[in-house]
Amino acid sequence: MSAGITPSQTVGPFLSIGLPWPDGPFVVPEGTPGAVTITGRVTDGAGAGVPDALVETWQADPAGRFGHPDDPRGAPGAGAGTQAGFRGFGRCPTGPDGSYRIVTVKPGPLPSPDGGTEAPHLDVSVFARGLLDRVVTRLYFPDEVAANEADPVLASAGEPARVATLISQAVPGNPAELRFDIRLQGERETVFFDV
Amino acid sequence: MAIHPPPATAGFTLPSYERQPGVHPPLDFADYRSTALRAPSRPLVLLPHRLTEITGPLLGEGRVTAADADLTAGSGGEALGQRIIVTGRVLDSRGNPVPGTLIEVWQANAAGRYAHSADSHPAPLDPNFTGAGRCLTDSEGRYRFLTIRPGAYPWRNHPNAWRPAHIHFSLFGRAFPQRLVTQMYFADDPLFGQDPIFNSIPDPRARQRLIARFDLGLTEPERALGYEWDIVLRGRDGCVFEQRDGQR
Repeated sequence: MSAGITPSQTVGPFLSIGLPWPDGPFVVPEGTPGAVTITGRVTDGAGAGVPDALVETWQADPAGRFGHPDDPRGAPGAGAGTQAGFRGFGRCPTGPDGSYRIVTVKPGPLPSPDGGTEAPHLDVSVFARGLLDRVVTRLYFPDEVAANEADPVLASAGEPARVATLISQAVPGNPAELRFDIRLQGERETVFFDV
Repeated sequence: MAIHPPPATAGFTLPSYERQPGVHPPLDFADYRSTALRAPSRPLVLLPHRLTEITGPLLGEGRVTAADADLTAGSGGEALGQRIIVTGRVLDSRGNPVPGTLIEVWQANAAGRYAHSADSHPAPLDPNFTGAGRCLTDSEGRYRFLTIRPGAYPWRNHPNAWRPAHIHFSLFGRAFPQRLVTQMYFADDPLFGQDPIFNSIPDPRARQRLIARFDLGLTEPERALGYEWDIVLRGRDGCVFEQRDGQR
């Protein structure tokens, strides 16, 4: 028998009093070799930037490992690819134009319980005034075409145009940056997941 | 620390966190006007829990000091208003305590004003109250804040709209599906009936789970009134690793 869980409520317009951290956007320390900066905008159904949102990310390390006791493969070992200062978690409030940025490293692929492989990805949560619960999406990488095609979660997301909302975009001339816009509603609305 | 089984070469079993339909508010809820342009219009896609979802950030060590749980101590003196203690336990829906998890809170001051540049309510600011706090739950999942009872405040959602007094809470739990942002309310608030955010929760019994209970036994004599509020995060469905729950 389960106890009733506590319901969600909106984060409201004043989340910046309590939630931002100075080091929030840094999944890895600034200057980490191989770091990639993910930038994008959170926009609403009218295409306007959402200036009072919070974007959070969670991901495996470059070896596809989590420093978490429930990972059945055990703790990341020495040489397993875990980098000093890797936190796995990023958090960034949006600016006046709805923009955010996360500094991280690309995670490794993950074994799937059914025997397949998940392409490298981040889980992304968005909190905002007007969202009574967080919305959750996933960010995939544009240089992983074959892995993305074999990914079981992308396969569940619907037609190609919908899947495309989950794949970040390369930034011409800047290999250390990726673009990932999050459209809450309307045209090219981002795919959101029921977690 | 538990000993983990070696990874299987193909196929392994992961825990899953239970879903309780009808507890969380719908994203699209017309009475709360800000949902109109922000709620996704397409149905959510079911995401079965995989490695990224059964793990999550275990943060807080080195990020929290004992002083962070006292919101009443301003830099220039004590905050104004009714001092209250807000305490309780963080549990999962199976009844297990959730230890060592980061809780972050923020709130309006006693006059119903947030220390935020976007709050235009013409109620006084208190230079000794920022309204932000944080703490880690102890080994039994217990937390405790000393703060000021927040005031109600008007907003523009509908004519003569007022938010019931509330404290914002943010919790991580131990895994991604346990992440929760919510609001704690006070018993017998006369503003519940007209508040679309409180009433967005479909199940009236679930709404009651956001209301703190006054407890004279928690009151500090001649100091602060005591309120108790337990928070229940999603627990695991039946799973192979469940025997370890009590050890973490």
